[in-house]
Amino acid sequence: MSIYSQRKRRDRFRENFGKFDRILSFSVGALLIIGTLLVYAATRNWFAAQGLDPEYYLKRHVVNILIGGLLAYLTTLIDYRLLRAYTPIVWGLAVLGLIIVLIPGLGSEINGSKAWISFPGGFQIQPAELAKIAIIVGISMILAEKRDKDANPTDQDVLKALAIAAVPIVLILVQPDLGTVVIIGAAILAIIGTSGAPTRWVVGLLILAVIGGFVAVQTGVVDKYQVARLQSFVDPTADPQATGYQLRQSRITIGSGGIIGKGLFNGPQTNGRFVPEQQTDFIFTVAGEELGFLGSGFILLCYTLFFLRAFAIARRTNDLFGRLVCVGVIAWFAFQTFENIGMTMGLVPMTGVPLPFISYGGSSMFANLIGLGLIQNVHLRTR
Amino acid sequence: MSVRSRLNLVIVQALIISLMLALTGRLFYLQVAAGLKYQDAALSIQSRDVVNPAIRGAIVDSSGIPLAMDRPGMVISVDRSIVDKLPDEGSAVIARVAKLVGKSPESVYISTRLCGEIKTTQNLGCWKGTRFQPIPVTRTATKEQALKVLENSDLFPGITALSVPVRSYPSMAGENAAHVLGYVGSVSEDDLLDSDKSYFREETIGKDGLEFQYDEYLRGRAGIKTVIVDRKESVTKQAISTQPVSGFNLVTNLDARLQAATETALQSSVLRAKSLGGRADGGAAIVMDVNSGKILALASYPTYDPNIWQVGLTQKQANNLFSESSGVPALNRPLQGMYAPASTFKSVSVVAAMNAGYNMNATYKCPAKVLIGNRDFANFESKSQGTISMKRAIAVSCDTIWYQIAYDEWVRDGGLFPKSGLNDYFFTAARGFGIGKITGIDLPSEASGRLPDRAWKERIYAENKDFYCNFKTRAKKSDLTPFLIEVARENCLDGNILRAGDAVNFSIGQGDTLLTPIQMTQLYAAIANGGTIYKPQVARAIVKPNGDIVKEFLPEVVATNVLSKKSTKFLHEALRAVVTEGTAAGAFPAFPVAVSGKTGTAEDKGRNKDGSAKADTAWFASFAPADNPKYVVVMVVSQGGFGSSISAVGAKDIWTALFGVVGGKVDPTQEIFPNGVPSKLPKVDPKNAKLVKP
Repeated sequence: MSIYSQRKRRDRFRENFGKFDRILSFSVGALLIIGTLLVYAATRNWFAAQGLDPEYYLKRHVVNILIGGLLAYLTTLIDYRLLRAYTPIVWGLAVLGLIIVLIPGLGSEINGSKAWISFPGGFQIQPAELAKIAIIVGISMILAEKRDKDANPTDQDVLKALAIAAVPIVLILVQPDLGTVVIIGAAILAIIGTSGAPTRWVVGLLILAVIGGFVAVQTGVVDKYQVARLQSFVDPTADPQATGYQLRQSRITIGSGGIIGKGLFNGPQTNGRFVPEQQTDFIFTVAGEELGFLGSGFILLCYTLFFLRAFAIARRTNDLFGRLVCVGVIAWFAFQTFENIGMTMGLVPMTGVPLPFISYGGSSMFANLIGLGLIQNVHLRTR
Repeated sequence: MSVRSRLNLVIVQALIISLMLALTGRLFYLQVAAGLKYQDAALSIQSRDVVNPAIRGAIVDSSGIPLAMDRPGMVISVDRSIVDKLPDEGSAVIARVAKLVGKSPESVYISTRLCGEIKTTQNLGCWKGTRFQPIPVTRTATKEQALKVLENSDLFPGITALSVPVRSYPSMAGENAAHVLGYVGSVSEDDLLDSDKSYFREETIGKDGLEFQYDEYLRGRAGIKTVIVDRKESVTKQAISTQPVSGFNLVTNLDARLQAATETALQSSVLRAKSLGGRADGGAAIVMDVNSGKILALASYPTYDPNIWQVGLTQKQANNLFSESSGVPALNRPLQGMYAPASTFKSVSVVAAMNAGYNMNATYKCPAKVLIGNRDFANFESKSQGTISMKRAIAVSCDTIWYQIAYDEWVRDGGLFPKSGLNDYFFTAARGFGIGKITGIDLPSEASGRLPDRAWKERIYAENKDFYCNFKTRAKKSDLTPFLIEVARENCLDGNILRAGDAVNFSIGQGDTLLTPIQMTQLYAAIANGGTIYKPQVARAIVKPNGDIVKEFLPEVVATNVLSKKSTKFLHEALRAVVTEGTAAGAFPAFPVAVSGKTGTAEDKGRNKDGSAKADTAWFASFAPADNPKYVVVMVVSQGGFGSSISAVGAKDIWTALFGVVGGKVDPTQEIFPNGVPSKLPKVDPKNAKLVKP
């Protein structure tokens, strides 16, 4: 191979990847590497003890990252403004998926929630993750499509946007997956707020969310299982064997890590499987125990860095659509991170949402990386 | 782009950064501020202490013969963490194990459940330990049973067979000694709550007798293996391990052969009393060194097999131990049985009379009965002995002499209107011998007996006044007889006053006076040795397994000079006369050892459960050799009848064994202590100890 062709390849690489925002790529890369180690730490002992392949989860997690990475890359190829054309298709697929999960026999119920579609070979997808992208892109599109460049969205625009979001939200509520609804709600609020729509909408929607949540619990629309989670948050001893146990163990596991942690793969709480679902929703406890305050703090730092950088991109673009997509994705990631980590530390009630870029799980990983791709896309097309 | 849009973007950004700050703050609190607390919490979740009990020290007699020792036993246990995971939750395995060890599946099922797992009404015999240790089904499995378990692990998943120490009682000389040795058992919940004692749940501890008294030495220190477990309780790592340290051995003053002989003598006395038609519901016999208080033998009847505690007490056995119909075998009669001393108490009265100035060399009238107040107080068998010497009066056990002396002294002290500066010669003498106080023997649960002096009368009056003054409404209908109503009326008026009858009864050891057999032993030892009261002592020394002495128990003097030389001399002569020419002469015909002693036949005003009047208590308190006393032997048979024919004969059997009397002669080769009570400590090697037959 000639020197020329080598250089040519390097140039092509720079052309393809060099224009990405480096801080954004670095922080996500760090989270992906840490996440991979944590997934391995959470599962290796457990699987080895049962005589199974200790690297089972590790391998699948790496495959998920590779597929997700490819999806992210594909997302950056076409100008995000052209993506609008695909939005109705993505939205339609998401709504279809959300309907399928509710059909007995097609959807599978895990932890009281009908959120997954199972495929042969143990492969499962979660349409709600796809729905997040569809809603964020969809309402950003409607709120940014204005006749006059400097005019703010009208009440009519906001109503249209809400109508688009309402269909998937209702379907997710039926599953029920309150945690995802809260995340989507936060993203919608952030988008509407940033769009320049009348402030009364933001305030009104906030009030509506509070009342809606209260009525839902009171009238029993919310499953007993959800209420139990809420109760055990208020009083962890109320149900020591199930939800409260999980939360207590989770907090103890994180707290016992101390400043420097027990060392990767050396957490006795983790190796003893004292925290259930540790490779998915409770993965942060592995970081807390094995990496300590320094390691877990570094994870928080990576997220913060990511958000600050993404905000910078949102500010820099002159295109309202691009900005709203950025803000939507940031709010999605930030709320999901806050809900997940806050839950493991006993700061917010228990919900079953994964930690972005770290938790094991294909659908969530794909969606997160597509989200990253969207922000990079906005960055690439900002002049 | 509008200003509002830009402004709102900043607000959203600030909100999201504050979320991240909230997470960081909470993380700091959990891991840094409260990190230590959570580290402790995590450790208690993950770590389990598995206790490896120490080998308990042996209890040996003064020549090194083991009385109680740990021997290797075979325990078959159930590992719940494996058995519970079987498809049928282990019911088939449990049934198989039950069949193997010969128990019912139900009992094995219950014994392998944690006490919290089953209803309290059915949890007798439930497992008091944790789920993390093998739960024993039996400790006395045979080798064959163990092999079956080990060789057929497919049939017995989760079942283990292990050798463990089991408390055993070799009984090499045929001794039982259940009451003095006591027993061991599992730590109870109360023991665990006792913060003074750091027991482990799996430990075996002394519950009664010497096992209880010297538990801290015998128990040793359990080894602790701390393991790290996972959520399913399977062990993932062994953290810390300490080896068990064997307990110390306890050398006692007992002699296994003498203990066996004493038990046999007591048992045959009880059986003799029964064959004579008596009820004879129990008895005690004690042999003590008069010059040190060393307890050489201590027997209680009825007794029980000490092994039942180790094999696992059945409900039937437990009930039997405390049932009236079987004579309450659990009661340690030498320490806990309280009986009126009757004529054995006259030795105390002699001291009282001498202090009051009565001449022991003079002669006294011994009429058939004496009128005190409006009541006749009769001699035993209501026979007049004429005018006799005081020595003769002791020998034939004349009561009426004492009635007269006690009455005269009561009158001198003011009678019903006591003077100030009371002499109270009889109470003073009794107090001098320590009557009414525990002897302090090194065994648990000793009773104090009763000295019914004026202070006692006051106390009882204060307690019962209310009852007597309201007798007609308080008493049972059947007790409302004219006589009892009159008694109640008197007791209500002046029940606190010491009456003539009380004083008179006290002088012959009747009335309300009660002594335990060990108190009687201490009393007669003091008479024998000329006035020194020793604390009875069962333990001789605590020695380490390698022979090093940890602690020696030297004779402890409680009081000295409780007898004058003069009274010692008189009592020795008089008590010798009891055996040569008096009430005990029939029990010791041509006995080659000069035994001195006193019989006692005590009336017991109590009633049996069936309502029948209680039969007399048969006492014999003795010491020998008469001229240089070494040992004291006391026997009492409750409801046994005559002191002379029952207990004196029983005591003679003990003296026969002690001195090796064969064919009317002392055979030094048959003597238990040919060189006196051992003063040197024996070599303690319970496994290889050999019994020397006297």
